[in-house]
Amino acid sequence: MQRFDAIVIGGGLVGSAIAYGLAREGLKPALIDEGDVAFRASRGNFGLVWVQSKGFGAPHYQRWTRLSSEEWPSLAAELKERTGIDTGHERPGGVHLCLSDAEFDERRARMEQMRAEAGNFGFEYKMLGPADLREMLPGLGPAVVGASWTRYDGHANSLYLLHALHKGFIARGGTYIPNRTVDYAGVAPNDFRLGSGADEISAPKIVLAAGLGNAKLAPLFGLSAPVRPQRGQILVTERASRVFEMPTTTVRQTVEGGIMIGDSMEDVGFDTSQRPDVMRAMAERAVRSFPFLAELQVVRAWAALRVMPPDGTPIYDESEKFSGAFTANCHSGVTLAGAHANAFAPMIAAGTLDPMMAPFSAKRFDVPQAA
Amino acid sequence: MFRRRPEAVGPTVTVTVEGTELHVPQGVSAAAAMLLAGLASVRETPVTGAKRSPYCLMGICFDCLAEIDGQPNRQSCMVTVAPGMAIRRQRGKRSVGIE
Repeated sequence: MQRFDAIVIGGGLVGSAIAYGLAREGLKPALIDEGDVAFRASRGNFGLVWVQSKGFGAPHYQRWTRLSSEEWPSLAAELKERTGIDTGHERPGGVHLCLSDAEFDERRARMEQMRAEAGNFGFEYKMLGPADLREMLPGLGPAVVGASWTRYDGHANSLYLLHALHKGFIARGGTYIPNRTVDYAGVAPNDFRLGSGADEISAPKIVLAAGLGNAKLAPLFGLSAPVRPQRGQILVTERASRVFEMPTTTVRQTVEGGIMIGDSMEDVGFDTSQRPDVMRAMAERAVRSFPFLAELQVVRAWAALRVMPPDGTPIYDESEKFSGAFTANCHSGVTLAGAHANAFAPMIAAGTLDPMMAPFSAKRFDVPQAA
Repeated sequence: MFRRRPEAVGPTVTVTVEGTELHVPQGVSAAAAMLLAGLASVRETPVTGAKRSPYCLMGICFDCLAEIDGQPNRQSCMVTVAPGMAIRRQRGKRSVGIE
């Protein structure tokens, strides 16, 4: 039996960022990864480091996302220095485009409520008209009525991020165990054993970061992670010379030149198939936003599953029954990588979550039925 | 680098490769026309500018990208030559038309 200081279950962006942070804290962690049968949200996402629309009605989530956005530049610089991999992170601000007056009014009301909820923490945003937007986003079409803007938003190459986290984790002494399922778990406070066939590993700390797999794993450790799949589809065009640097919620140009279009949220269970009607609707809205896109060829398209808590806000928890067991669940593994590596991992290394994490507990779903 | 098989006969069509006229067998791909023209590489990659040539010749690898009749980033192995077709190297990223 191999013994580690901590075991992280899940080799996607959430697990890798936490495992990387644990290794940096001086622990000897193991990171176990299911294999290519996993749903792999980390390899199908859109690549935004996105702040402006996160935490509506949940200001703790807005603060957590902002913290991550602030941590991103140092994480990206550190990964580049240690692994040689450039994650392509940029933080030029970002916009959410509105294609009708009704969309614009609704967005304005939402952003104003976000500002009100932020209180003394602050939330700077601007509602921009077409003239200002055209200077920021060349190629914008006449159908765009306006947009919300914040300086906190950015984007990155999420595949390079995943690669860099894995490489950095191993370089810092972590043990990566691929193609590893959890066949059985021996659970006691500060003593966890995971078995896969004849192989067993153990550690006094365990972190569940298995994405959609957390729903079944969490109860074994006295935790709850009621996450469900939400499908998103993405279209990618051929590479083109740089048109704009600023990402929008649904259209962004990568540093390599391809333009990504991602604009769907579908509740279809574990179905990862693509739907032409959804792809058509996404392409139509993108072309209304940026008419030049009509001349570009789409070279790749795919669907992937988001890891979605019931209220869309992440779930972070520690087990009361089995101390040393933690869980992390969110649909924003790219955006929150900075927080996971630089803030969440140190809490786990210290042995308990900071009180600031209390509102993220799954206890919020345990509301007694009204009589 | 590439030569036509000695027994290959039959009708040909005339295309231009990088502006030079070339007679190629009817029914071959634009990628084959570029190889017959003797181009050592047919494109430069959009990120690093590395030189590339057709590889899989069956529509998978995207290493044969070319500008065909003014349309950039065509998979030249998947395009059959036609009389008068103008075939050019794909040099890095394509541009987009913005007013």
